Amino acid sequence: MTTHKLLAENVNVYYDQAHVIKDVSLTIEPNTVTAFIGPSGCGKSTFLRLINRMNDYIDGFRKTGHILIDGEDIYDRKIRVEELRKKIGMVFQKPNPFPKSIYENVIYGLRIQGINKKSILDETVERSLRRAAIWDEVKDNLNKSALSLSGGQQQRICIARTLAVEPSIVLMDEPASALDPISTAKIEELIYELKTQYTIIIVTHNMQQAGRVSDRVAFFYIGELIEYSDTKEIFINPKKELTQNYITGRFG
Amino acid sequence: MSRRIDYNRIQDNLFRIVGIGCTLFGLLMLGFFLYSVISEGWPRLSAQFFTSLPSRKPEEAGILIPLFGTIWVMVLTSLISIPLGVASGIYLEEYGKKNRLASLIEINITNLAGVPSIIYGLLALEIFVRILGLGKSLLSGSLTLALLILPIIIVATREALKAVPKTIREASYALGATKWQTTWFQILPASAGGIVTGVILAISRAIGETAPLIVIGAMLYITTLPSSPMDDFSVLPIQIFNWLSRPQKGFIINATAAIIVLLAITFILNGIAIYLRNRWQKKVKW
Repeated sequence: MTTHKLLAENVNVYYDQAHVIKDVSLTIEPNTVTAFIGPSGCGKSTFLRLINRMNDYIDGFRKTGHILIDGEDIYDRKIRVEELRKKIGMVFQKPNPFPKSIYENVIYGLRIQGINKKSILDETVERSLRRAAIWDEVKDNLNKSALSLSGGQQQRICIARTLAVEPSIVLMDEPASALDPISTAKIEELIYELKTQYTIIIVTHNMQQAGRVSDRVAFFYIGELIEYSDTKEIFINPKKELTQNYITGRFG
Repeated sequence: MSRRIDYNRIQDNLFRIVGIGCTLFGLLMLGFFLYSVISEGWPRLSAQFFTSLPSRKPEEAGILIPLFGTIWVMVLTSLISIPLGVASGIYLEEYGKKNRLASLIEINITNLAGVPSIIYGLLALEIFVRILGLGKSLLSGSLTLALLILPIIIVATREALKAVPKTIREASYALGATKWQTTWFQILPASAGGIVTGVILAISRAIGETAPLIVIGAMLYITTLPSSPMDDFSVLPIQIFNWLSRPQKGFIINATAAIIVLLAITFILNGIAIYLRNRWQKKVKW
């Protein structure tokens, strides 16, 4: 049996009585970009947040089924959630830099692990900012507050901050929905490049974006995984009518 | 149609006038109060007044002991109430589950903030003075005032923490931070302005309190400076209360002078609170 990067098996999620993820199973291979699409409230963000266990703090959250990453059940008792989140980074919808300097933002993930050696921190800052394609724009102002940057720059700082802890999977929850077209293009370009080193899962409302950046697309509808296949396949030749209607904009 | 608009305008102007009147009423009362206190007490404020012990003769009496008492109480009350209050606030807001028990606790804390201070005095008399045997000491008094302002500090802390956006917490958790790391590195620095402001306002309320300290038996007449938390003490409000109850005109003037000192301390504290609030607001913009 080959080990998938991610394997979800019969996953159900409930918030109190509400059944928000219904029996979802899927696999994701390493170094691919997978897009989760579907109308608002379809469960795609909830599913994304299962992967780094961000739903744990929500009162009334309950889950059944299994999610395995590199063959390991991430909801197993012996898994430490802090350890898991170092392996699985997350970029949010709205850029959310800490109200600190660019430098401090990028190294936060290392600071909390107790890494304080200046040479390691400096090196990490440069490497992460380069990977996030923002080094040239900020290298002379590393001590400036991250909040003083534009929205698109802030989002790339957030990506750099995520990459600094060396994750193997990066989750992106509509990372460009609050950005202008030029910043969006930069982020998309970046996603394409990051694929060589990371496995990326992105939630998006933008069909063109899903088409441009992803290898595979998963279409969710009211908590169910309706269709999951190669991006080309799903846009050119969707199997289900529901998928067809959604991607052509007949509802959404 | 235009009649209706005229009517609306009249209504608008009417409220403006009523509003100005209401605001002026408060301001005028405060102004009158300040004027009468300052005009009567100001000439009495001399070095002798600040450095003298109590005396039977009003012109020889001073506020050295109650002023020291007030400073002692301020420090001790802060030391007790700030850690307790801020920690409770953090627990309730960041750690505790948001269930029915939590909302019950929340309602009760808010209620506690409204309990008359003399009730706290009675509670303290029973627990600190009698059961714990601390007597009518500085420590008893400070514990009493700490108890009194604890709900205010808890509520202020929670409000300040609530103002920090959820996205900051998520960003921190997503990088592998624990709740404590998130609180310590992100939430507390971002909410410090609000917390400090709330704490200072609470302390400035505490140092003006008289009733609970009288209940626990703070001394009206002592002649030695307190040197440890277990010593007897007096504070400015009690000294004012004491002087005001004397028949001689000289003691009334002493009281007004002491009121000026107490007011000055309160105004300075409130001023610091406002300054810090404005400074922090400028610094953190989301």
